[in-house]
Amino acid sequence: IQIFEYNGSAVVAMVGKNCFAIASDRRLGVQLQTIATDFQRISKIHDHLFIGLSGVATDVQTLYQRLVFRHKLYQLREERDMKPETFASLVSAILYEKRFGPYLCQPVIAGLGEDDKPFICTMDSIGAKELAKDFVVSGTASESLYVWLMLALVFNKCFYFQEADELFETISQALLSSVDRDCLSGWGGHVYVVTPNEIKERILKGRMD
Amino acid sequence: MECVFGLVGNGFAIVAADTSAVHSILVHKNNEDKIMLLDSHKLIAASGEPGDRVQFTEYVQKNVSLYQFRNGIPLTTAAAANFTRGELATALRKLGELGLLDALLLKTQCSVFGCHASNPYSVNILMAGYDKEAGASLYYIDYIATLHKVDKGAFGYGSYFSLSTMDRHFRSDMSVEEAIELVDKCIVEIRSRLVIAPPNFVIKIVDKDGARTHAWRQSVQDVTTASV
Repeated sequence: IQIFEYNGSAVVAMVGKNCFAIASDRRLGVQLQTIATDFQRISKIHDHLFIGLSGVATDVQTLYQRLVFRHKLYQLREERDMKPETFASLVSAILYEKRFGPYLCQPVIAGLGEDDKPFICTMDSIGAKELAKDFVVSGTASESLYVWLMLALVFNKCFYFQEADELFETISQALLSSVDRDCLSGWGGHVYVVTPNEIKERILKGRMD
Repeated sequence: MECVFGLVGNGFAIVAADTSAVHSILVHKNNEDKIMLLDSHKLIAASGEPGDRVQFTEYVQKNVSLYQFRNGIPLTTAAAANFTRGELATALRKLGELGLLDALLLKTQCSVFGCHASNPYSVNILMAGYDKEAGASLYYIDYIATLHKVDKGAFGYGSYFSLSTMDRHFRSDMSVEEAIELVDKCIVEIRSRLVIAPPNFVIKIVDKDGARTHAWRQSVQDVTTASV
């Protein structure tokens, strides 16, 4: 069996104008069987930092618990929240620690850094960081997501960064269309659009199959 | 072929499990209780390798009791479920030494060369419980330590039938009678459509009055022979 396709997942993050959006599907499956349609893949680390984890659900949960623990310790010591770039390095280090027995997850990190500049990155299961200026994807539906988001950028002549509402539309359409072609992910979508002042969380209704 | 399934109703949770203890083609016994009482208001229905199932669920039960002795209050269902997941997750990757027998089975050199292997529990668990604040809840815990709170869940080959039946007939806040009707529908489905269907099932319920056995569904009973 392909271990990264065991539970099925789709996670995507996109940069906007002084904001970012991070979205995931909601399916928890065991190969061909669907167990739940409300699985949380995206977690908040602090108000301006989110991490979405795709891959095997057990490692998603373990890794999330470890990262929240490390961030809480950091908050106690430094008396402030971690910057997204720092957090990305932390995740990368934690993943590489297990180089020869890795966590089977691919994280997508999205946050607002200094001066509310949006930051996104993804990495593979052993912590190879990939920074991007526009969007990052992860999960079983990643290939479709790449295509959809590239098309969205090209067709909208998006050589500009979108505002929060436009960004929400773009990322939602891309997510729903991509997971509709992937049997292992879907059953709705979960989108967070984060601006410096607020976090908007929305549930998407897609094809429930 | 072990079938375990459960659902949440109005202020209660029900779990049902088959009661066959099987070893290859032989059925050792027909009345093996696979649903353990964790404490007064929690049930743990487990399926998987028999040794691991008993050992691991007893381990969880004793630790839940220990918490209650130490702290004077019982664990919540969510806490017990997370504890169980933590133990499964730790055992999943914790490297232990290979004993002589394991090494022989794997045909490698044993601890002389520092051979390590993880020793995961092969147990799938449905944990049902009732808390005053949270009400009735059901937790799905995979053998690889995937935890999820669900309204209905199932494990094993029987899950292909029971989950679909529950998807069709389940509504939130069902009464006990309606839920038992649904459980019986699932058992009928499993008995008629699963090739080596287990003949007997036990149904247990947990609500504000505690966890208890609700009913047995037996189509085959152990035959006692006259002593010679």
